[in-house]
Order: sequence, then structure tokens, then C-alpha cells
Amino acid sequence: MSEVKKIKKGLDIKLAGKAEKVLEKADRSETYAIKPTNFPGLTPKLKVKVDAEVKAGDSLFFDKYCPEINFSSPVSGKVIAVNRGERRKILEVVIQADAKIQYQEFKKADPNGLSREEIKEELLKSGLWSFVRQRPYDVIAKPKDTPKAIFISAFDTAPLAADIDFLLEGESEAFQAGLDALAKLTDGKVYLNTNPNFNQNKISSEAKNVEVRQFSGAHPAGNVGIQIHHISPMNKDEVAWVIRPQEVVFIGRLFTKGIYDVSRKIALCGSEVKNPCYFETIQGASVRTLLKGKLKDDEKIRVISGNVLTGEQISEDGFISFYDSQITVIPEGDKFEFLGWALPGLQKFSMSKTFFSWLTPNKEFRLDANLHGEHRAFVMTGEYDKVLPMDVLPQQLIKSIMIEDVDQMEQLGIYEVAPEDLALCEFVCTSKINVQDLVRKGIDLMIKEMS
Amino acid sequence: MKALRKFLDKKKPLFLKGGKFAKLQSSFEAFESFLFVPDITSHNGTHIKDAIDLKRTMSIVVMALIPALLFGIYNTGYQHFLSLDLINTTSFMDICIYGLIEILPIIIVSYVVGLGIEFAFAQMRGHQVNEGFLVSGMLIPLIMPVGAPLWMVAVSTAFAVVIGKEVFGGTGMNIWNPALIARAFFFFAYPSKMSGEAVWIAEKADSFSGATPLAHAANLVDATSTEAANIYQTHLSDVWNMFVGLIPGSIGETSTIAILIGAVVLIATGVGSWKIIVSVFAGGYVMGMLFNLIGGNAYMELIPAWQHLIMGGFAFGAVFMATDPVSGAQTARGKIIYGFLIGFLAVLIRVLNAGFPEAMMLAILFMNTFAPLIDHYVVQGNIKRRLKRVKVSA
Repeated sequence: MSEVKKIKKGLDIKLAGKAEKVLEKADRSETYAIKPTNFPGLTPKLKVKVDAEVKAGDSLFFDKYCPEINFSSPVSGKVIAVNRGERRKILEVVIQADAKIQYQEFKKADPNGLSREEIKEELLKSGLWSFVRQRPYDVIAKPKDTPKAIFISAFDTAPLAADIDFLLEGESEAFQAGLDALAKLTDGKVYLNTNPNFNQNKISSEAKNVEVRQFSGAHPAGNVGIQIHHISPMNKDEVAWVIRPQEVVFIGRLFTKGIYDVSRKIALCGSEVKNPCYFETIQGASVRTLLKGKLKDDEKIRVISGNVLTGEQISEDGFISFYDSQITVIPEGDKFEFLGWALPGLQKFSMSKTFFSWLTPNKEFRLDANLHGEHRAFVMTGEYDKVLPMDVLPQQLIKSIMIEDVDQMEQLGIYEVAPEDLALCEFVCTSKINVQDLVRKGIDLMIKEMS
Repeated sequence: MKALRKFLDKKKPLFLKGGKFAKLQSSFEAFESFLFVPDITSHNGTHIKDAIDLKRTMSIVVMALIPALLFGIYNTGYQHFLSLDLINTTSFMDICIYGLIEILPIIIVSYVVGLGIEFAFAQMRGHQVNEGFLVSGMLIPLIMPVGAPLWMVAVSTAFAVVIGKEVFGGTGMNIWNPALIARAFFFFAYPSKMSGEAVWIAEKADSFSGATPLAHAANLVDATSTEAANIYQTHLSDVWNMFVGLIPGSIGETSTIAILIGAVVLIATGVGSWKIIVSVFAGGYVMGMLFNLIGGNAYMELIPAWQHLIMGGFAFGAVFMATDPVSGAQTARGKIIYGFLIGFLAVLIRVLNAGFPEAMMLAILFMNTFAPLIDHYVVQGNIKRRLKRVKVSA
């Protein structure tokens, strides 16, 4: 076993409402949706019309500029709506599910016996390709590339994140098959990054055909971008691919079972959930049945698909986002607070020690979505550096994005970062600057300039 | 508080677009957000945010300044009664009250003038009022001599806010520390009010020397050895009082102890950069050591390196001025270089240029100017490291 790489910078935000490792039964969701907005930079072209019947694994839409990349229906049933937003942008393709899922059939085969092209073709055809993402740019991987390596983070350090060991329980066969398939896609290695504190199960340490690297430290140590930076940092003109463990399982199922099976466990967590725990569901499920009766309802709440740092706000009738295995519910907090900036602040969480909550370091906080102040010009310095464990100067990078200086962005490391890696910078920002938005904007600009 | 909130909610529409007082929106918002942290929630990006905001940050700095302010009030009274030879017969309270009466007007003038201009600019631009002046408004009085005429304080403050800050775009955009701009303006526009013996003690007895230790020290340069020994013995040997702060000087800068308490607050809360504070002291100490080694005149020989750190505005500058995040260096490595050079230059100018015994102000303003250059080289270093990586892997 390799030695443990200690990530020194970062910040763990302890929130109330961590999911207990119990798998509970949830009522089946009747509707499912795939949201093209979950894929940055994608221009979707619909393949189905409203009222069309689809099977699980049938393509719903594809990438206009890379038509091989399909996005498949997670269940079988009828397309009941295509919800659009401004300028007819497609927001959701909604499917009413059959009582029993029928699967589109794909080739069943041992990935070890298939060639790279055959594996790619299967993934593209089934729609599972959309789970493979790339660095730089944090977008869906381009099928024509050969990555220098594939990185998988087997632990998640984000606040209230689902325990990946628990998510993978009982899936070791599919997980291994998925890893075998991925190993074929690169000339380099497949890195499976673990953390001795998080990964107690053998599933990650016994994985074959991969190189296991160990990491420890506070969030964002679990972010694959940080791990790439410490294993083999991204340089110009290099491509690496990343994928999450549960999605490796999906790929494994495609080869072992021959079907597009994207059923997954998700954690329902957050301070406003009565009994935070795990549920078995299918990707894209509506959260309505899931949330029913499970929330404390003494306050206005906010439902987030994903974690509190990078997740997407959804309504109580909304759908789980594409890559998420976590639903977080926190108080909305749209209230005025009398002299809030001046109070001792025992209930408030801050990286700085300007609030007396630092006296209780192990306390679990019930934080809401209030901004705690207004947007301001950049004043404080050095805050971002404390939470970005990369040899990247975050503040300078953000400023170069603000002025759209492409050369400077490139030099300062835009290829290495994904918005999620700088989520903590946004969290700690005194001036409340939307760092992740800016990073995304910078990346989009880079894509435009470089292609 | 509900009633207050209700009142604000009722009046708010008047100040919004189309309302009767729409032109005063910024001012209304400034008061409203002072009373209530707004109900704004995050809509994209992180859903939760660190509880800190600029108001909190700035009020921590103001709190860190309180020990220096309180001591300044006491010392003003103390110096006054000491010069009149009444110190043994005056009660502690009377000393403080005298000091308060002298100082309070300066603080009020600084805040009223500065905030007035800030509000006016915010109003004009349709911006929100930034909190930057909360700190500047307290810093400016603390670096003024107690004898400063109020109108001069007002003009200096106005100059600092308009030329030092607003012309660059307001809080967060200025190149130089606004409070030091105020002092520099005062120093160059009204030199007779910022040097000599008359200005450091409020209504002193004529026979009493009111010069600051720095001014005495500057005299060492041309002194013969006996004179030097004499000056040192009479004015510069009482280092304990210098450390405590019972010496003439600008209002808030005399007491190294009070300043260090502020430093502890700033460093502990993470608001001030310890890197800058420590490296300013280190830079000053190293330069002092060099002078001690070189010798050459009585100033260089007689003043031990550490004594530079407790004389004049050195400590105050290191803790409260150099650490200004906007005008200082921004990169971690840059902060260390920037701080070191401030300390180094401050002692250098102080000893070698008799025209500017109080060199801290100039050293900081000078390094403010060069902070972007330092950052530039640190950033280039980062870029080079990144490029080197490509060659290694290729």
C-alpha cells in the first residue's frame, strides 16, 4: 500500500444531519427527469418527443456538437414533458415510469476481452459515457481523446457527503468490471484514491487493475481535482478523465448484466431531515415521495441535490441531479437578523475566529442559506489560499477570470481547477464573491478560445 | 426589534426605485444593513456561507484599536499634566477626562468628514456604502498629533478619502493606505503641526521638552560623544516607559503594549496577517542590527536594534497600517517580503535621513507602491514552477 498523502489545507464544515448508515425503503418515485443543465457546456438535441415510449437505456437526447454522446432514460415509461426555460432552453425531460422497468438490451461481455474501441462504443451507445468527465474544463469527456490517466476518488469529504464505502456495499463485482472497462480506455493508469479514515471496507483496497493512492486531510481532499494535482497535475494539452465510484458500478453493470441500470443509493441528510439515512433509488428520481413525511417542518426549507457547497437547489417536487448521490435539506434563512454582524455568534460557523463559535470546534452547526452580508469588492486577502490545497494562486486566478485575460488564466492554472475545487474559497469569502460561477465562466471562455 | 424591522419595511419603498427618496437609496441601505444583516440568500454556488462579512471584519479591527485608543486618551492627559508638573496631584479620572476632551473631537471630525464623503460618493455612483472607512476613520485620529487643529484633520481626511480612495474606485481599489495618505498629507501640508516640540502634548508648559523620542534620537547623529551620552541618558534610556507608552507621540502610537494587544486580536481572529506583522518587526530588527554593527554615529551605535521597534510609529505601523489587505501585498510569500522591506526601510530612513525622523509612514506608503510588483514576481514564480513541470513530465 502506498503511503498516505496528507493534504494540509482545507476546511471541514461540520453540519448537523449526517445520514446514518441504514438503508431505508422509500416509496417508488413515479416520475424521473434528466436535466441537460447538469452538463456544463452541453447543447442538447432531443431524440424523443412528448408521449414517446422509452426503455431504460434509450437515448433521450444527445450532444449537438458530439452526436455520439447520448443521454439515456434511467427508467422505462412515457416521456410526459419537456420543460423549457428562457429562450427555449431545455431544462428537464420528464418520464413517467412503468411499474416494472424494461431495459434496452446491450452486449454482455467481460470487458477484459474487449478492445478499447468496443468498450467506448458500448458506453456511447448506452449513454453511460455521460458519466465520464474530463479535466481540464470539467465537462463530459471527448470520445476521441485518450486520457493520460483516469482518476477515481473513493471518498467524499464534502459536508454531509454520502459514505462511498456504504454506497458500494454489495457491488464489488460490478465495481471491478467497471474498473476493468476503464483500464482499457487509457494508456496510463487508473488511479483509485482512498482515505484510510473513510475507506474501511475492502472494496477499494482489494480492487484490481488500478493503482490505489491514499490521501488524508480536510475537505477538499476528497475532490478528485485535488488528488490529480498531487498525483499528476494537469498541464496544457493534457487530458485526464474522472468518474465517481457509483458510476463505475453503472459501467460494470452494463458489461455484467447488459443493461443500463442506474439505480443507486442516495443519502438524505441535512439539519431539516428528521432521520437522515440512505435510500435506494434510481438516478433522476423525483424527490417528492422521498421527502414526504421526512422533514421537520418548522421552518422554510431549501432542498439541494448534492452537497451544500456544489449542489443545485431543487424544489420539493424536483429531481435528483445527474451525478448526485446526496440530497441535503437546510433552512432557507431568508430573514433579517438584528445586528447580526455584531453578535457573539455561537451558532455561526466561520473559518476565521471572529465569531465565538470557534470555542466549540466539534459542534455540528445548523447553517442556512443566508449570505451573512452583502457582496463587496475584494478586500481580504489570503483567505482563499487557506482552503485550496493546490499550487495555484486562487485569488489571482479569479481576478484574471474577472478581466477575461485568457493567457493569464492559462498560466495561473485554469486547466487544473473545477468549480467544485474552489467551492470552499467561495464559502469563506468575506466579500461574498461567486467564485464557482466565475471559475465556470473562465472555463467556458477557455473552451471557446481554445477550440 | 420587530417594531424596528416593521418600521424599516414600511419606509423601504420610499427609498427604492420610483420612491420619494430613491436618490438616498444607498444611505438607507447602509443604515438598514447596519441594523439588520440582510435577508439575502445564496442562489448559485455554495448554499451556505461563512458567517463573516466585511462589517464583522472591520469591527474586529476597530476593536483591536481600542487598547491603543484608550491608552492614547490616558497618555494625552498624562503628558499634559506631567508637563505642568501636576501629575502627582491629578486623579486618574481627571487625566482620562482631559484626554477624552482633547481626542474625542478629532475622532468625531474624522468620522463625520470621512463617512460623509463616502456616503456622498456611494450615493452618486448608486453603489452600496462599503465598510472600509470604519477602520480608516479610527486610524486617522490615532496617528495625528494631539495638537492637530480640527480643520486640518478634516482637510486631511477629505484628501485621503477623495484622492487616496474614491478616485481609484472606492474600497478595495485604492493603491495606498488611506489613513496614511491622510497623515502624509498632513505632514507635508502643515509640517509645523506634525514636527517639533509643540504639537505632541496638549497645552504643555513652555519649559517642558515635548519632543518625541525619535526627535531626540535624530539629534544623536550630529552629537559629540558627550552630548550623545547625555541625550541618550535623559531622553532615550527609559525604555520601559517607551514600551508602555508614556512618551510624547501621535495619539495612538506610543504604547507598544496596547498595540501588541491589538496585534494578538488581529492574529488570533485571522483578520490581520501575522506574516506581515512578524516580518515588519523582523525587517526593522535586522536593519537595526546592521546599524549597530556598522556604527558610524551615535544614533547607529547607541540605539539597540530592538529599541527601534518600540519607538515612534513603528509598532503601530507594523500592526495596523502595513496589514491593510488592500494596499499591501496579496500573496503569501509577497506578504513576507513586503513586511520585511517595510521594517527595513523604516529604520533605514529614520536613521539616515534626519528630515524624516518618523519614517514608518513613508516606508509603508513606499512599499504600498511596490506591493503589486512584489506580487507580480511571486505570481511569476508560481507560473514558472508550473511551466517547469511540463518539461519534467515531457
